[in-house]
Amino acid sequence: MEIFGVPSQALFGQLLIGLINGSFYALLSLGLAVIFGLLNIINFTHGAQYMLGAFCAYLLLNNLGIGYWWSLALAPIIVGITGVIIERTMLSKLYKLDHLYGLLLTFGLALIIQGLFRNEFGSSGLPYRIPQELQGAQNLGFMFLPNYRAWVIVVSLVVCLATWYVIERTKLGAYLRAATENPQLVQAFGINVPRMITLTYGFGVALAAFAGVMAAPIYQVNPLMGADLIIVVFAVVVIGGMGSIMGAIVTGFGLGIIEGLTKVFYPEASNTVIFVIMAIVLMFKPAGLFGTQK
Amino acid sequence: MKIKQKLRATLLAASIAAIGATSAQAQISDNVIKIGVLTDMSSLYTDLSGKGSEFAARMAVEDFGAAKKGMKVEIISADHLNKPDVGSNLARQWYDVDKVDVIVDTPNSGVALAVNQVTREKGKAFLVSGAATAALTGKDCSPNTIHWTYDTWMLANGTGQAIVKTGGDSWFFLTADYAFGHALEGDTEAVVRKNGGKVVGKVRHPLNTQDFSSFLLQAQASKAKIIGLANAGGDTTNSIKQAAEFGIVKGGQNLAGLLVFLTDVHSLGLQTAQGLILTETFYWDANPQTRAFAKRFAAGNRGIHPTMIHAGVYSAVLHYLKAVEAGKTDDGTKVINQMKAMPTDDPLFGKGSVRQDGRKIHPAYLVEVKKPSESKGPWDYHKIRATIPADQAFRPLSEGGCPLVK
Repeated sequence: MEIFGVPSQALFGQLLIGLINGSFYALLSLGLAVIFGLLNIINFTHGAQYMLGAFCAYLLLNNLGIGYWWSLALAPIIVGITGVIIERTMLSKLYKLDHLYGLLLTFGLALIIQGLFRNEFGSSGLPYRIPQELQGAQNLGFMFLPNYRAWVIVVSLVVCLATWYVIERTKLGAYLRAATENPQLVQAFGINVPRMITLTYGFGVALAAFAGVMAAPIYQVNPLMGADLIIVVFAVVVIGGMGSIMGAIVTGFGLGIIEGLTKVFYPEASNTVIFVIMAIVLMFKPAGLFGTQK
Repeated sequence: MKIKQKLRATLLAASIAAIGATSAQAQISDNVIKIGVLTDMSSLYTDLSGKGSEFAARMAVEDFGAAKKGMKVEIISADHLNKPDVGSNLARQWYDVDKVDVIVDTPNSGVALAVNQVTREKGKAFLVSGAATAALTGKDCSPNTIHWTYDTWMLANGTGQAIVKTGGDSWFFLTADYAFGHALEGDTEAVVRKNGGKVVGKVRHPLNTQDFSSFLLQAQASKAKIIGLANAGGDTTNSIKQAAEFGIVKGGQNLAGLLVFLTDVHSLGLQTAQGLILTETFYWDANPQTRAFAKRFAAGNRGIHPTMIHAGVYSAVLHYLKAVEAGKTDDGTKVINQMKAMPTDDPLFGKGSVRQDGRKIHPAYLVEVKKPSESKGPWDYHKIRATIPADQAFRPLSEGGCPLVK
């Protein structure tokens, strides 16, 4: 059976691949949405923090012999701590100002971090191997699915849904959301709002680093790996609606699929299709698909 | 909207400042020979050319002994961001304002073709080491350009022919969607067909793609024996790495990296790269002279060993300076003619010549990437399987369609 001249079996494979790439978009846009939704900071350093996660895994392995599994836990913590430091020393000074200042600060930071890593490690990337347990692949009949990719999809779904649950359905999440609406009032109830906000930024950054560790075995560990991705991820967040957690997750996966299909039908356009969709969505729903106008 | 406008203005100001910074450093007098290294300083081709190319040019000036001979040589460099418009603007500015006499290197065929045009208009000189498209000595050849190190025809013929002859007769191309990828794909396709093979499909991906799984799946479905990678740099390493993940080679298909550099092999690691067949015109561990060059080069370049592009920059600048000395002029067209008239000779490529169409002629090597067990350590990666003699390595003068050839 063929669909638009493409065998349907091949199409299933492409859908699955799209979903896998969508997992990365979802993980990254989730972090951005959390940070924007709760701190009102447009975190342009996100791509660099994703890259830092991958490098952290690489350096842990090559300098200390710490493998993938421990890195999956350690790298987000280490990079998350750097995030906390950035928030305490720099971002916290900007909350009262226009969004633009946060954007420029984080954009500048991203350029500095990427520049430093490029100087130190060059641009062609460093190898990082798939952990022993996840090597190999399954033959699904319609495609050959590497075990590692299956792992990526499962883990990112779990992480995304858990994050959504914590923020939208638990008491902690309720505090967080309340603190962004009215920090004074929440503080009056005896909750340490500044600390909560710092930890939220740290968490968002840790999510980026987590995605970086997940990406290290598939893509080369490269100082510029986040630079291109961040633009796409921002488009995902804008389409989903700035600050909407569910929006970020759903559009992340959805756009991964759309991009995957473009790679079959018109590959030349595969790196522009997301922006075309963004333009269309903004024309009809300026607040994004899941966003609400404030 | 307001935010975006402000951001755009800020970015614009920043980029103008950045371009200004590259040009502000030079004041010119006419008895200075000024070399502009136009290259990729920030993106996927940085390691295989970039700063290393600038360093190689400096080594050439030093080895030529310019200072002792009383010649004043200056080197400046800039980042073309892999954008043809940025590249041609920089070239114009260098020629008109900064009195640059010769531009060298310039990876990215799209940028090189643009600079080729500007150089011809201005009557200056352009020595291409980094770019691959054979159009530079074909329909776009120019009396002001010499294509030094390698080209798509040579790659296609070296790697393509070797593979077709050992049974790889059905091909699927994974092609970078710009001038270089198209040229490499076209040239390889011609070689495959000429040797009795066939092309069963192709897919063109945007430059600097991260994820190739979708394209690899299409290649897998095509059942072609050989998947030809008509791309370069990070695109190639990512394709090879992900092909291993998807079990392409285990499934009986083979990869042909049509343009793989030493730095790419280093980045992949031998475990992933072993067995790849590739063609190059320079390998650092070929003889005592090349080893001595590599040692000096690596010491000044973060330990990176020279790729053929770096070696080509060195060799081209050396020959350029010899021609300026012999012809007693730095007029672009005249120096290029002088370079064509004189035989070339340097420690890296040996004796050679520059053809009427601007093609530099030297032998090429068909190499295989070593197994991890065969390698003595970092950068010991290639073993030379065959040498393609200089007169067969490049496209015959009569077949290029260069209007300069009568």
